[in-house]
Order: sequence, then structure tokens, then C-alpha cells
Amino acid sequence: MQSSTVRRLLVLFSAFSFLVFAGACKKKVAPAPPPAPAPAPAPAQPTVTISATSTSLQPGQSTTLNWTSTNATDLDLQPGVGKVAAEGSTNVSPTDTTTYTITATGPGGTATANVAITVAAPAPAPAPAPAPDINALFTQNVQDSYFDFDKSDITPDSRTALQKDAEFLRSYPQVSVTIEGHCDERGSEEYNLGLGQRRADATKQFLVSLGISADRIKTMSWGKEHPFCTEHNEDCWHQNRRGHFVMAQQQ
Amino acid sequence: MKRFIGILAILILGLLAAAPRAAAQGIIQTGTGLGVQKVKLAVPNFASRNPQAGPLQGVFHQVLMDDLSYSGIIDMVSPSFYPVNAPSVPGELNAEQWSQAPANAWMVAFGNLTVNGTSLSLAGYLYDVRQTPPLSILEKIYNGDATEAGARQLAHEFADDIISRLSGGLPGIAETKIAFVSNRTGHKEIWEMDYDGANQKQLTHLGSTALTPRWSPDDSRIAFTCFESYRHVVSAQICMYSTLTNRLMAFPRFPGTNSSPAFSPDGNEVAFMSSHGGDPQIYVSDPTGGHLKRLTYSLGVSTSPTWNPKTGNQMIFVSDRGGLPDLFEMNADGSNVQKLPLSAATGVAAQDLPATGYVIDPSWSPNGELIAFSWRRPAGNYDIYIMDLASHQLAELTRDTGQNERPSWAPDGRHIVFESTRSGSLQIWSMLADGSEARQLTSAGRNESPNWSPK
Repeated sequence: MQSSTVRRLLVLFSAFSFLVFAGACKKKVAPAPPPAPAPAPAPAQPTVTISATSTSLQPGQSTTLNWTSTNATDLDLQPGVGKVAAEGSTNVSPTDTTTYTITATGPGGTATANVAITVAAPAPAPAPAPAPDINALFTQNVQDSYFDFDKSDITPDSRTALQKDAEFLRSYPQVSVTIEGHCDERGSEEYNLGLGQRRADATKQFLVSLGISADRIKTMSWGKEHPFCTEHNEDCWHQNRRGHFVMAQQQ
Repeated sequence: MKRFIGILAILILGLLAAAPRAAAQGIIQTGTGLGVQKVKLAVPNFASRNPQAGPLQGVFHQVLMDDLSYSGIIDMVSPSFYPVNAPSVPGELNAEQWSQAPANAWMVAFGNLTVNGTSLSLAGYLYDVRQTPPLSILEKIYNGDATEAGARQLAHEFADDIISRLSGGLPGIAETKIAFVSNRTGHKEIWEMDYDGANQKQLTHLGSTALTPRWSPDDSRIAFTCFESYRHVVSAQICMYSTLTNRLMAFPRFPGTNSSPAFSPDGNEVAFMSSHGGDPQIYVSDPTGGHLKRLTYSLGVSTSPTWNPKTGNQMIFVSDRGGLPDLFEMNADGSNVQKLPLSAATGVAAQDLPATGYVIDPSWSPNGELIAFSWRRPAGNYDIYIMDLASHQLAELTRDTGQNERPSWAPDGRHIVFESTRSGSLQIWSMLADGSEARQLTSAGRNESPNWSPK
């Protein structure tokens, strides 16, 4: 319940940031200014130069544009700045790669100069969180129950493990499981088939007592047919006396 | 002084350990109604009536000798004591040559083999040479294929006739089969073989896990434990194999673990363990799985039912209702459950009583008088025991030879097949029911869970 709320919030947040960026992009598209009227005879041709202290920016950084001109009566710096003095500087923080054009207009005509400011592509909006791989989560979180020799009682250690398993099953109601009962190599194959079933059923009962629906848990026994460990010692035997969880997606 | 007491203790222990063998001998002879002394039998080579019969005679004679010497009721006269001339027909039998020293035979089995095209014909005779004139016990013509398999088959048939005559009508087992589990294909499948290990043949091809084969009383079916999908879960189920059609027959599926089927001696019922009603307990159904009825009610596991083959009215089974797995007896309708008094049994030393540890794998002898089982001593090793159900006399059949489990009686009540690790890997062995003459029957892969056919 809790974590699905978190997921929903994440999705909302991603969508919101996308809108913000989309808005920013629109702003940079500005209409070109109308050219100034051309006039009088033989005045000197205007000149203009422009430079930037840095032509390569990270998103959010700013740079200073510097310009000088001669024979100009009117200087227009686009985009986004407008009328400026014959000589000067201004800070800009483009959000995207932008070519600033300054147009100098005087009695002798028009001149333009450009400076291109490259802005590194913004970090992609965080992709909507990928659906967590339920198989991996299952493997990481769900622990088997282990048993004493010839016993099918839930031990205190297994109790702790199974409480966590129950938590996981509550968090992922789409998951159902098969619990496989296993036994160590000692003892009758036939008896161990029964004992393994008792272990699987005891494990299921414990989960049911913690509120997990019995419909989500199936049980079976392999007896001693599929040991996890094949050495002949107590360490190994302990490994093999278990209720092993196998995930099944609910249909 | 201390050392002396130690040696004395060792001697006493040694005597105690030797005692069960003698006890077993007594029980088996009581069980089969045999005389104390075994029949001394000579079996000279059979005459080949034409050259094609020559190579087949070698196989035939070897198999016949093996069958007779392993019967448990015959003392084979050493061939080095045989007279020079072997009879091929009764007219050639010089009875005195055979009955006197050094042969000292009571009986002589002899005859001849003829190949006719693709068929092999055996004229077989059994004569009592202690009588004057010698007494004909058996004279019979047998026909089979002129192949090695055919020669084996004729030898088995003749051996069974001889054994039946010499044991007062009890069946020979030379034509019986043993079903077992082998993993030699990479999966545990059901296999069968002749009682002497010949003709090993894979029956199931399920590619999963097949366990605990049990013959039907007429040998037409083998019930076993298989792993099959039921309601989206693979679990142990009862499978039924027809040896007539070499196919699986239908048997219903149940939730949970279903295993260890066993046919009633009339073939009309199958007892098996099922957990579909909660704890794994014993149920009984008809051979198609219908008319299911629960027999046992206890906490824990009840499994491995074996019927009284003589009456069909009782079962012995394994239950952990008292803690560790132990043997219990009940009526075939589930009433009158009683623990077998193994801890009060006689015949073995107190420290060898199965009073603690696992007691499992019950197999009821064909005459209904003995129960064979395996017991894991607290030290850890498994061994095979038999107990006389009336006298509670116990005999240990294996000791200090690997782990020995899952005994199954031959229909003659004189042989037991079992699984053992004594050769270094898990294999099928047979032995006489007094623990003697153990023979390894399998060697490829791991082989286990043998069940002797009832016929």
C-alpha cells in the first residue's frame, strides 16, 4: 500500500518536471526584430563586434556578453535583451544553445555580429522509475524456513524470517508462492516425502497466522530428492531441511 | 585384570553378534516348512543334440546352476566329484555312480538340448538316485527361442519346476522380476530386471522423478510415486503403469503429497499416503483411485503401508506418532492400531534392539509370519532386520556393510531384495532371508527401492 503511493508520487513528479522544461523551451523562440529604416546619404558604415566570456555553459550557468560598435545609433541584441548602448556588457543565462545576434544600425547602414553560446543538453528528466523486478525483489527479500532434524516445528530463527516473508507478501499482493518441503539425506525416502510436506504445511500455516491468504500459498514436498547441498555433514543437512519459497505470479 | 575383562567383553559381544544368524536360520525354516537338511543335487552338463545347441548349452547350464544354488533349499554337489559320463536321457543314468562317494548326490538333474530352426527344445529330468531303481521326480519337454534369452528362459522354467518339487510346492522365483528405481538416464525412472539382475529394462520415460514401485499381485501393473503437475503445482502423485500395454494408466490426482502405494493381496485396493486431508496419512482406494477412504488419524506422518499378503486383513506401516518413525500394525479398515513391540523383541542383544532411532521400510513376508524392515541404529547406520510376528523373535540380516535399506520379500519367502551402499554406491542386492549369499544385481548409475514381483 505504502510503496504504491510513493510510486504514484514519483510519476506525478516526473510529469511535472517535464512540463516545466517544455515551458522553458517555448520561451526561447522570440520573433526577430523589425529592421531599422535605412536613411541618409554617405554616412559611415556602422561596425559591431560581440564576444562572450564563456561560450560553453552547463544548464543554469550564465555568461557575460561584451560588445562594441562604431557609427551606430541603434543597437539591438537578440534574443531576449533588446536595445542596448553602443558599447557594453550583459549577463545572459540561456537554457539552451543560443546564438546571440547584435544588430548595429546607423546612418551608414546596418551591421550584425553573432556569438554562439552552447549549453550542454540538460540531464534527461528522471525516467519514470522502472517497475521493480519482482523476481529480484522476491529473491532478495524472501527467506526459506529451516528445521531441526526430523521436526516440522517452526524454529525461532525461522519465525523471524517468515515474519519478513509475510511483510513482503503483504507488499506485493500479486505474488503467490509454492513452498517446497525438503529433508536431509538421512532416513526413509517415503517418510521424508511426508515430513517434507509437513514442513511446507507448517511454513504455510505460520504465514496464514500472520494474515496471508491461504489461497496464495501452495505446498509440495520433494522429500530428500533435491538437496541444496550434497555433503554428508550437519552443516549440509541443516541446509537441506527447509521450506523453500518459489514465486508464482498470480494469474 | 582389566584387560582380561575387556577381552571377555569382546568375546561376548562377538557371540551375541553371531547369534542372530542362527536365529534367522531357525525362523526362515519355520516359515517355509522345510526340513533341516538341504537337498544334495548334481547338475551335469546337458547334451547338445546338434552343433547349434552347443553355445546355448553353456548359457543354459550356467543359469540353471545359478538358479538352483541360489534357491536356498539345495546343496549343489561340486562338479569335480561328478562321474565322468553325464546322462542325457534316463536310460543313461547310472544312479549308483551319483549316489555314492565322492558325489553323494541325492538327486541328479540332467537332459539334452536340441535346436530346431529358430526354436530350442529342452528335455529335462530330475531323478532321485538314492532309490533303486532311481525314481523319476520330473520329466518334461520345454520349448523356447534358440537365443541366449531363450536359453535363460528355459533354464529358469526348469529350475522353478525342480525347486517347486523339492520344496513341497512352494514356487521357485527364477521367473520373477524386480522393479526398481534407477537414475542411469539422468532421471529417476522405474526399471525392471529378472530376479538375477539380467535383462534390465527401463519402463517409464517421464523425465522427472519416479519412486517406490510396487507390483500388483498379478504382475500386470506397477503403482509408483511420480511427480506430476496438479493445479499449477508439481507434487508427488500416484502413477500406475501397465506391464501389459507398457503405458501409464489413469489415476486421480490429489493436492499435496501422495506416495508409497501398495496393492492389497487380492488386487482390489491400493493403500497409499496422501496429505490432501491435512497431515500425510494412509488412505485406501480401488485400483482406479475411486472409493477413497482415510485409514489413519494421527498427528504427523503415517506412510509406507504393507499388507499382510496372506490374509489381506492387516497392514503394517510407518508412523512418527510416538516421536521418531516406528512400525505400527492395524486392521485393513484402520481399526485396532498397535505399535509393534520391537523394543521387547528377543533374539538380539539389548543394544541391538530397535528401541531408538528410525524404524522404517516394512515388508510383510508372503506367508504372513515375518516382517522385514530397516532400522537406523543411533550410531547412524541402517541395517535390515526381520521379526517373527508371533514370537517377536528378531534377526539382524546385515551388519557393518554400508547402509542397507528397503527390503522386499521374494514370493518364495526365502529371498529378500534390498538396496545397499556396501559396494561404494547405492545398488540393488538380493540375499537369502537369513542374511547369507548377498548378490549385487545392478551396477550402472544409482539404483534403489527394489520391489519383488509376487509371481
